[in-house]
Amino acid sequence: MKQYAVKQFAVKKYAVKLQEEAMGQPGKVRMNGAAAVLVALEKQGVDTVFGLPGGAIMPIYDALYDSSIRHILMRHEQAGAHAADAYYRASGRPGVTFATSGPGATNLVTGLATAMMDSSALVAITGNVATPLIGTDAFQEADVYGITLPVTKHNYLVKRVEDIPRVIAEAFHIAGTGRPGPVLVDIPKDVQQAAFEGSFGVEIDLPGYRPTVKGHAGQIRRAAKTIAEAKRPILMVGGGAQSVPDEVAAFAEANGLPVITTLMGLGAYPYGAAQSLGMPGMHGTVTANRAITNCDLIIGAGLRFDDRVTGKLSRFAPNATVVHIDVDPAEISKLVKAHVPVVGDLRDVLPRLAEELAPLVSAERWAPWWAQLNEWKGAYPERYKTDKELVSQEVIEMLRDASKGECIVTTDVGQHQMFAARLFTTNRPRTFITSGGLGTMGFGLPAAIGAAFARPDETVVVVSGDGSIQMNIQELATVYKHQLPIVIAICNNGMLGMVRQWQEMFHAQRYSEVYLADSNPDFAKLAEAYGIEGHNIFDRESARRIVPQALAKRKPVLLNFVVYDSEKVFPMIPAGAGVDEMIIGDQEPDAPVSSEGEPAEVVA
Amino acid sequence: MVHRHVLSVTVRDQPGVLVRIAGLFARRAFNIESLSVAQSEQPGVSRTTFVVTGEDGTIEQVEKQLQKLIDVIKVIDHSDAPSVERELMLIKVAVRSPEDRVEIRQIAQDFRAHIIDVHRDALVFELTGDDGKMNAFIDQMLPFGIVELTRTGRVALSRSSSDPRLRRPIQKVA
Repeated sequence: MKQYAVKQFAVKKYAVKLQEEAMGQPGKVRMNGAAAVLVALEKQGVDTVFGLPGGAIMPIYDALYDSSIRHILMRHEQAGAHAADAYYRASGRPGVTFATSGPGATNLVTGLATAMMDSSALVAITGNVATPLIGTDAFQEADVYGITLPVTKHNYLVKRVEDIPRVIAEAFHIAGTGRPGPVLVDIPKDVQQAAFEGSFGVEIDLPGYRPTVKGHAGQIRRAAKTIAEAKRPILMVGGGAQSVPDEVAAFAEANGLPVITTLMGLGAYPYGAAQSLGMPGMHGTVTANRAITNCDLIIGAGLRFDDRVTGKLSRFAPNATVVHIDVDPAEISKLVKAHVPVVGDLRDVLPRLAEELAPLVSAERWAPWWAQLNEWKGAYPERYKTDKELVSQEVIEMLRDASKGECIVTTDVGQHQMFAARLFTTNRPRTFITSGGLGTMGFGLPAAIGAAFARPDETVVVVSGDGSIQMNIQELATVYKHQLPIVIAICNNGMLGMVRQWQEMFHAQRYSEVYLADSNPDFAKLAEAYGIEGHNIFDRESARRIVPQALAKRKPVLLNFVVYDSEKVFPMIPAGAGVDEMIIGDQEPDAPVSSEGEPAEVVA
Repeated sequence: MVHRHVLSVTVRDQPGVLVRIAGLFARRAFNIESLSVAQSEQPGVSRTTFVVTGEDGTIEQVEKQLQKLIDVIKVIDHSDAPSVERELMLIKVAVRSPEDRVEIRQIAQDFRAHIIDVHRDALVFELTGDDGKMNAFIDQMLPFGIVELTRTGRVALSRSSSDPRLRRPIQKVA
């Protein structure tokens, strides 16, 4: 990461210049609060901010005019939050977004909640009305502090200009350490305008915030002993593993452990590796779900046993002892009881656990288990039927093959998301960016913008649907303006496909309000209206021809694939059912859609 | 199991900290039965005492979530270890006759309640103690007529015998 020294911003043409020498007080500077915000951001190594100006944040935008920080003008604040979120997910560096008061800030809420659920480090800075106007229902005033309390890891309302350096430093510290999460800093306009005189050398003093990074030695020994006794172990990794792929691979491979990667963990361990069983849960692979049901030990690392992973809790891994490693103690035994909890950072715990395990385990011990797993892997490869029109699955495979997997994938939410999760075989960390927890439709396109700025050498593929893409379609303007290497692939089935699938399976084919095709725009023309190359694609041959061309371009292209409208995602565990009640569907070898097991009560 | 829990939460004295804590209860539709907040022995640190009733597992989850709040320094569930608990009540009792006055004062004496305001038609008492004592006194005063009352809600501290800070080697008597 770049090091930012005081002198680097001292030479900038801030409206209020640094006056260190003039004041004769080394380390002290004079400027307004807005400029102080930018200096404090630069001190955190921030070089890119996503945002949209407005009345109450104008002093900060005025200071930005002279700053070295690059600002990406979004077309909606929600998109700014998603872009900053994805900036972190793609790079591991906290993303930053700016928004104005009132509607600007309330537009951030979905983005903050998305980042909160997926533990993404994001710092949002909002302007607010001037301090004397707060609480008076002033123009564009909203209680942003109150509104964002439950969707942030922490938030601040800055009432004194001298607090700015400390608050910004704390915001980044809180966002990026322990279990990452979004932090919002709300700064009234008069505080932005007030004269700031002081130093940026701040000490963080947060007595209530001391994340446990180092795992407890006794617990690690107990974990090792438990693992050594297992006959059918699995290692499950989640989003927490994205920052430690080497540790995960070393741990898994030294011990010959089968690895399951959750939706948030995709790429933290190569999906295509021999030891990978794929994704678990509602739309997970048959092998991963069977492994969960039959294993006698789960090592859960950096995950939170979300309900989409566990299904009905009483039927989740009924025979398993659970070793749960997570940096957040509140996740331990929240849903799945941990027999051996280890609170700590995976970077610390996994190598130490591997060391403890080395004398206790030989990988051959698990050969019979591997024989079973490999049998399932062989019997249930990814498969789908192509005896009809174009289907989303083959579109995604074409994208994967043409890119050789060397790209970042962002997705929206729905059927395409699940197809992409399983078929876009993600082998590198931080390359599969999706809204897993909150399930935010409209995430994919702005996330691609964030990822493209975080990792400019990569091509970004947005896998979206005709429903999702329209939820942040305005960001085509941002993509066009920066000519980002983003390929937008719309799996257009003319439906809210996932809802339609549930209606077909659990609501007696009563297709209530899911039909979009009669009023969808011509997506290719829409792209062209934004200055972006667009293609409507109706058949396999055109798809095969156009996909590789689009990926080679390194510039924005929108591909609208008109796909079969009644395709369903399989396998599927109905909501509220157990992992062992999985409906295998098209994945079943040479059998029609099966309905094994009674569909369970729909819980949503 | 559903139990009543008395939680002592020490917090940084910051605006909004109470909303953060209350939000964690509200989200799970827990009713806070009583709540008291005041300065603690450390400057800038407040001690809050919550009384909530709920599933033990859910309360445990709330405690962990409370501990995660940046402004929360420490969470103690007094159901886990011996504690001392008190609350304060002010109660205004109607006085309708001289006989009533004598009787009310006699009962108050038995409860060790103090008279803090005297009026021709009413007496205001101050009473400290636990829940049971408060309720018993209220029962006794009901026939006379309670004009109004207010209670602070419980405050609690762990017993000294279970306070790790006090575990020092025993001094030998010379």
